[in-house]
Amino acid sequence: MKLYCLSGHPTLPCNVLKFKSTTIMLDCGLDMTSTLNFLPLPLVQSPRLSKLPGWVLKDGSTFLDKELKDCSGHVFVDSVPEFCLPEMELIDLSTVDVILISNYHCMMALPYITEHAGFTGTVYATEPTVQIGRLLMEELVNFIERVPKSQSASLWKNKEVQRLLPVPLKDAIEVATWRRCYSMQEVNSALSKIQLVGYSQKIELFGAVQVSPLSSGYVLGSSNWIIQSHYEKVSYVSGSSLLTTHPQPMDQASLKNSDVLILTGLTQIPTANPDGMVGEFCSNLAMTVRNGGNVLVPCYPSGVIYDLLECLYQYIDSAGLSNVPFYFISPVANSSLEFSQIFAEWLCHNKQTKVYLPEPPFPHAELIQTNKLKHYPSIHGDFSNDFKQPCVVFTGHPSLRFGDVVHFMELWGKSSLNTVIFTEPDFSYLDALGPYQPLAMKCVYCPIDTRLNFIQVSKLLKEVQPLHVVCPEQYTQPPPTQSHRTDLMVDCLPPPMSYHRAEVLTLPFKRRYEKIEITPELADSLVPTEMKPGISLATVTAILHTKDNKHVLQLSPPPGDLPGKKRKRVTEDVPELRAIKPLLSGSIPMDQLVQTLEKHGFSDVKVEDTPKGHIVLFQDVETLIRIEEDSTHIMCESDEALRVKLQDLVLKFLQKF
Amino acid sequence: MDSKCSQLLPSVCTVLADSRQPVSDDTCLEKLLDWFKMLTNNGSGLLLLEENPCLTELILTVLRQEEPNPTILSFVLRLAGLLAASESSFQHLQQGEAVRMAFGEAGPLSSALWEDTSVRSGWVQGAHDMLQHPSAFRFLCDSGALDTIFTLQGDRSLFVASAANRLLACMLRFSVQSGHSCPLGTGDSEWPECARRIVSRLEESLRSHSASRANCSLKMLTTVFEQTQEAWTEVLWSSIDGTIKSLLEEESAQAGHSLVDLFLSMARSPVFSCHEGSLWQLVTLALKCLHPTQAGFLALGLLKLEECPQAVKTQGLRILLQPVACVARASSHSSELSGLLDQPPAEGASVESLLSSRSSCISLLCQSLAHLEEIQHLAHPPMDFPHNPLLHATVTVLRVCAGLAVPTCTLGATIGKILIGCSRVQRAALHLLGALSRWANRDVSPEETFDILLVYLRSPDASPTVLKTAFQVTLKWCLSFSETSGSTDGFPWHKQFLRDLMPLLQKRLCSPRWEVRDSTLEFLTLVMKHLKGQEWFRQALSSSEVMALAEGLLDDPESYVRASAVRALGQSSLIASAGSEVPGLDHNGSSNEDSVAARLLGILSSDSEGFPRRAVVGVFIDWLREGHPAARQDPEQFVSQVIQAVKGDLDWEVKVSGLELAGAFAAQCFHRFGFPECPYAADVSSAGEPARLPELLQVFSRVRLFDFLFGALGDCDRPVALKACEILTGVKGKIGTGCGLNEGQGLERQGNASLEEIWKMVAPCASGPLGGDRSRTIPQDPKRALLILEAVDLEELEGALGRSSDHLEKSPWSLLQDILSAGGAPEDNEADCY
Repeated sequence: MKLYCLSGHPTLPCNVLKFKSTTIMLDCGLDMTSTLNFLPLPLVQSPRLSKLPGWVLKDGSTFLDKELKDCSGHVFVDSVPEFCLPEMELIDLSTVDVILISNYHCMMALPYITEHAGFTGTVYATEPTVQIGRLLMEELVNFIERVPKSQSASLWKNKEVQRLLPVPLKDAIEVATWRRCYSMQEVNSALSKIQLVGYSQKIELFGAVQVSPLSSGYVLGSSNWIIQSHYEKVSYVSGSSLLTTHPQPMDQASLKNSDVLILTGLTQIPTANPDGMVGEFCSNLAMTVRNGGNVLVPCYPSGVIYDLLECLYQYIDSAGLSNVPFYFISPVANSSLEFSQIFAEWLCHNKQTKVYLPEPPFPHAELIQTNKLKHYPSIHGDFSNDFKQPCVVFTGHPSLRFGDVVHFMELWGKSSLNTVIFTEPDFSYLDALGPYQPLAMKCVYCPIDTRLNFIQVSKLLKEVQPLHVVCPEQYTQPPPTQSHRTDLMVDCLPPPMSYHRAEVLTLPFKRRYEKIEITPELADSLVPTEMKPGISLATVTAILHTKDNKHVLQLSPPPGDLPGKKRKRVTEDVPELRAIKPLLSGSIPMDQLVQTLEKHGFSDVKVEDTPKGHIVLFQDVETLIRIEEDSTHIMCESDEALRVKLQDLVLKFLQKF
Repeated sequence: MDSKCSQLLPSVCTVLADSRQPVSDDTCLEKLLDWFKMLTNNGSGLLLLEENPCLTELILTVLRQEEPNPTILSFVLRLAGLLAASESSFQHLQQGEAVRMAFGEAGPLSSALWEDTSVRSGWVQGAHDMLQHPSAFRFLCDSGALDTIFTLQGDRSLFVASAANRLLACMLRFSVQSGHSCPLGTGDSEWPECARRIVSRLEESLRSHSASRANCSLKMLTTVFEQTQEAWTEVLWSSIDGTIKSLLEEESAQAGHSLVDLFLSMARSPVFSCHEGSLWQLVTLALKCLHPTQAGFLALGLLKLEECPQAVKTQGLRILLQPVACVARASSHSSELSGLLDQPPAEGASVESLLSSRSSCISLLCQSLAHLEEIQHLAHPPMDFPHNPLLHATVTVLRVCAGLAVPTCTLGATIGKILIGCSRVQRAALHLLGALSRWANRDVSPEETFDILLVYLRSPDASPTVLKTAFQVTLKWCLSFSETSGSTDGFPWHKQFLRDLMPLLQKRLCSPRWEVRDSTLEFLTLVMKHLKGQEWFRQALSSSEVMALAEGLLDDPESYVRASAVRALGQSSLIASAGSEVPGLDHNGSSNEDSVAARLLGILSSDSEGFPRRAVVGVFIDWLREGHPAARQDPEQFVSQVIQAVKGDLDWEVKVSGLELAGAFAAQCFHRFGFPECPYAADVSSAGEPARLPELLQVFSRVRLFDFLFGALGDCDRPVALKACEILTGVKGKIGTGCGLNEGQGLERQGNASLEEIWKMVAPCASGPLGGDRSRTIPQDPKRALLILEAVDLEELEGALGRSSDHLEKSPWSLLQDILSAGGAPEDNEADCY
């Protein structure tokens, strides 16, 4: 059993598991942090960005000044943003049979895999994952395509040139493989390969393994996966949460008794408690608005935003913010808000019960009805007519490199009254702010990551008791910035196996059994003999029929039915039946054997003990009997008669059946 | 005993003695015993028995019954014990054989009912109550009670066992005291027989290797040393100290708690004050041998004692410091820890192993921190207490809990894993930090203290209780340094701290959690109250938006928060009125103060919850006393408005506060109009001038003060009426001495009138909530008010109001009635249970 690790990002995993005869890809996350090296794509012409000076090498060379721009000491690539794809060379991706998707954040690289790597299999995901994943992809494509950029920088990627660049461009990995965003056509094609599944639904893969999604409690439709055969069980834990937010709670019990548990998608900010962060978010928002400033919240169009809107719904009246408008701007804002209300069966119990009242499960419906929350596809159009300040704007993209957020950063960045509050943990907020320096607006970092923290993981592992844990290498050591926090790592026994990008792990786990079925007729023909109280044995003579990884023992046809010349056209070959030899059992008492041998004329028989049993030595040095726990060998130099004689004597002590 | 009870008692005794009538409510019997205990407390037991022969009759009847009710038997045993507590009554009862039948060998001891726990308990308690004089002791000795008590020591009922222990201690005391008048020698023969048997039993138990028996004997010894501080206890100790030492060395785990109690009870006794005695050697040994948790309790107890050898105190202090020091050393390289525990003690290893386990680490550390906090409050703290290193260690513990400390060893890493985010330890450490502020001085740089406080105040994950504690500690440190500095400038770090604190307060005031908003406002109010004289504080406050945000919280949906906002605003308005610049209130002189007053009055008259309304009246009282412009410029108008708003309030606490305001106003008026020795005002400079009663009455009339006070006097809430009565008593006393009130006529003195009757008389003068026509008011005729004041016996009224509402039901007569009626109608009584 092998695990091919195609992504180094612990929360955007992409691994391939070879299990029995199947090749299963577990998630295909897209690492978008590469976009932080690029200049933002402004929706309207930004004089500031267009006037940024070109970057000049220390020796004065200016050959890169068209591609790289200098902004307050930081260097950015002036080109269409590109993404770092999962490792494509480690394994032939056309051999992947299925792709299992855990949640909508972990499927963003799907078009690259399904459309460009010869993939011919099936993708499995839950319905909310597909629908909201589609929205995320649609938003991403829209953000990038609506700001066409003619320039495409590639010179800087040259290895020789890259070495001359400042950090972080100098250290960027595998820049040659970075790719532009896919098109909507590719998205549609990729999504058409997805087959929808429900929680706990069992899907047979070629009869060899069974896969099944379990609720993971992280976002709408998010799942962990169980991959099991009759005797082996692998659990794949991706983004999961034990907090009571909107999704169905995590199913922990089904993860029990795993041979291997692959653990990914833990919280990226283990020191920030989501509850505390929501409190900070509300406090900072209220402070800013009361002082007459605007609040910008860069966010994804789905996920934590639902919880934030719910908190604000409860908070705004008490904080005296009832008259402050909340704007949600995204090409998919409307769909996202509406989708969230129709996936009732994927929601937590409280929200499900609301549906039967009937009430909308999320209170943002009421915010929209009362005009407190307004949503727009972009800043163009209706929004510019309705726009009032001070206000709160939720918009993408959290990287601050594309989307409407770029406009608001340019618009509000100059005033210290305004605040940008970072809630998405995927991007370093300091790096995200790089191209906006110098910046007057206040920046508040309130990362809200509801995924499992290390204390919860520790409890989970104690609860489900897997034999082996496999996780990204980042989880086996404290965070680099807090090397003293040994509590911030996975702590279990045996210690977890770690992996990094482009590594192939041989999982510490050997398959030992295979399940074989017996037909009723064959079972009926068996005659068990009781060997010991409670243990009966029977010899089985049958034909092993193997098809689609299923093995069945069938009654062998009677001798008369053996294929003869008359049945030449029989397609299935029935193997030739050999005469059945009786099976032996029992142990040989050495004293009695020696006595018997002596009685039969073998004098001077000696017995030597060996670690595995005994050796009976005869006068003739060429002859010996080696008796071990599960075998007996009679050796006599080409004297067949003697061998048969000895064999008969030994057989007297054994039972036959 | 009054005659009404005497008449009822025989019937009650008959009911109790009737074994056919079950007593369903044994709390009545307990109350009856309490009553008899009170009656016999002054040694009048004999008189009671003579005047009420039914009591002896009851005892004898029940004891003679073949199958008495165990509850009644137990009661009778205890009653007999109580009544036999004096020599004379004992003899009286003994004449009728009552004592012998109750506590002798032929009594319940030998009956089948002895199996009933309540009977055994009654016997032990009765015997203990009786054992007040030598006759009782001789009787118990002669009747072989000692063996019974020995058996009862190991009784399956803990209550019986514990009572038997106390009885045995008492027996020992009597035995020794009966034998000799001077201290005894150590020789066995000098001990009276009974004492010898008890001590021998004691030693046997201590050596028995049975934890329960050893604990039992240790508890008995503790009782002896607690109750008796005579020289013979030293002799007793010298005969068992070797056994105790072995117990300590071999079985301290099982007997730890009892040993601690024993040592502390002995250490408090002057008999053992000699520092050379074996007690202190054993205490020293105990501090080493006992489990660190138990050793901690012992150490704390020792440190609280004045008469304790310094070396023992030092060792005790080391025990208490050890866990904190261990955590600090495992998590800090700082040299500031030197002086805390320079050499880890030999037993440090066990502390380290306890700290490495999650279950024991938190409890041990919390206990140690709590003990150290307790020591800070002692009037005589231990000498050479390492305040500064402990301060640093406490800060380190807080840093560990916040995940900021870098461990210096493996133990540090383990402790870190356990403590990070542990709010129990955080609270305990913060409490200690607060207590250590007592020692703040110029020698200590408070930088790291203020830094860690800021970390906790800033932390988004801090639980509301931790945050509240952090605020309290911050206040203590701020006050402590402002007192130390004594200047209006403060220290540089003070300014920096407040600069950092203000934005933090702003954020906390906007928190979605109401507890956080509330704690922040409370802190703000207190800090304003205490630091209002500090210019640097006022500047820090004025350069922030804190007060504007606090004012916004007057509309908070949570009533507690609104109440706290009211207090904060009231306080800030006071500071502003004192001529200082406070922001957020648009200071336009008094007009702004008026607007604040109007806002608060609005809350008082319209807020649906009681807390904000109470807070408003509280603020107004402060304003009136401290001379806030709104109250100073036109006090009559101010008080009149408040009174009118409070009068119709349904919350009794609001009314009581309103009355307090009225009282304060009245006191100020008395002072203003020349009434001497005003109990409410400190300044009596005008005492020499003649009092101007007509003017005073005019003021009271304009404010409708009597209207309010008389209305409150008839209020259905007793505390309101009581408060009104107190104030009226004060007013009456003042006016009575200030002028000739006796001129009053037309109303008769109503000394024994009931509250209802008084109200009928007072009602026409007031429009209070009680009475028929509430809308009716009479013209404010001061003279009529004075007449009423003269006519009503306020003192008696105050006495009547002061009694609790169930005083009738609590009387012995009522109790006897209850027993009688329950006995008379058992079925009804059962039905009453529903």
